[in-house]
Amino acid sequence: MTPTKTTQLGRIRFSLWILVAAAVLALGGAYFVRTIGVREPPPVTVGEADVRSEFSLTDHNGNHVTEADFLGRWQLVFFGFTHCPDICPTTLAFMANVLDRFGDEVERVAPIFITVDPTRDTPEVMAEYVQAFHPKLVGLTGSEAEVAAAAQSFRVYYERMEEETAPDGYLMAHSGHIYLMTTEGRFEDVFREGEQSAADMAADILARMNGKQ
Amino acid sequence: MKILIATLVAVWAIASPAQAEESVRVFNAWARASVLASRPGAAYLTIKSASDDTLIGASTPVAERVMIHAIEKDGDVSRMKHIETLELLAGERITLAPGGMHLMLMALQDKLREGTTFPMTLSFEAAGEITVEVSVLGIAAEGPRETAE
Repeated sequence: MTPTKTTQLGRIRFSLWILVAAAVLALGGAYFVRTIGVREPPPVTVGEADVRSEFSLTDHNGNHVTEADFLGRWQLVFFGFTHCPDICPTTLAFMANVLDRFGDEVERVAPIFITVDPTRDTPEVMAEYVQAFHPKLVGLTGSEAEVAAAAQSFRVYYERMEEETAPDGYLMAHSGHIYLMTTEGRFEDVFREGEQSAADMAADILARMNGKQ
Repeated sequence: MKILIATLVAVWAIASPAQAEESVRVFNAWARASVLASRPGAAYLTIKSASDDTLIGASTPVAERVMIHAIEKDGDVSRMKHIETLELLAGERITLAPGGMHLMLMALQDKLREGTTFPMTLSFEAAGEITVEVSVLGIAAEGPRETAE
């Protein structure tokens, strides 16, 4: 064994020890981080959620429409009913407030209100109702089956609750989320009135519109 | 000392009838302008009672019936729940606000128009009837700004 070889071996041995030490430090560090519970970012849901914008309904002008009529625009979709005294007007007014903050960019958005009470919410009723909130707001209704299919594609839950003191003896319970769908009608996110300001929600959506197009 | 007691008695005598009158205070009463007269309206207000009391009902000439509604959140789904009475704890403020408790105005005589007001009478078990003027705010209103008590 020549002195040169010994030195080389020594170097290799030294390098290996460095690697071992680095590995120990890395593993120990990871273990340490996990054990003391350094805050990890919350789980992020990515990929295609099983929420799709697919429907065959009638708009408030009496025209038959499907999701294809809204492709190319970011959809803001809310399900409710016009006999709803509190959550629906509150949420639609909030949506209108968000729309007003888009400025000219509002043309890139399709705000949609789909009734879960099609028996009472005819296109005529929807027309008067949506126009009171925002000129861009589109009201959609249809047969019981068409509405059920639309709600199913958005994974929106609703039910009829018998309540003898209510008008016509019933109320509708429904999920209160506003769905943001991409220009291709794919799920992007959900928002709820009261969980952020209209300004913040508009800024959030604008950032996505500009970042993804 | 006698003067002090006399003063205390005098103060108490002046303060107590006022307190009795003010046992329940109702303020910031407002309603959202309605879109269609055929659809129910909603009114909101804040109540504070000096002693335990119960709101047992409400009425207004502009609607056939007023119902107290709470919202029950079941995950993502919100259900309106008709409640018969609303318990008031002494000194605790209860605020009815959009997205939560509200007074549902059924069978309106007419649309609730922004800028108008209408009277509403609230019945309390102990305090009796209190009539307040309800302001109709715009359709996008979130409520009157909190006023100092």
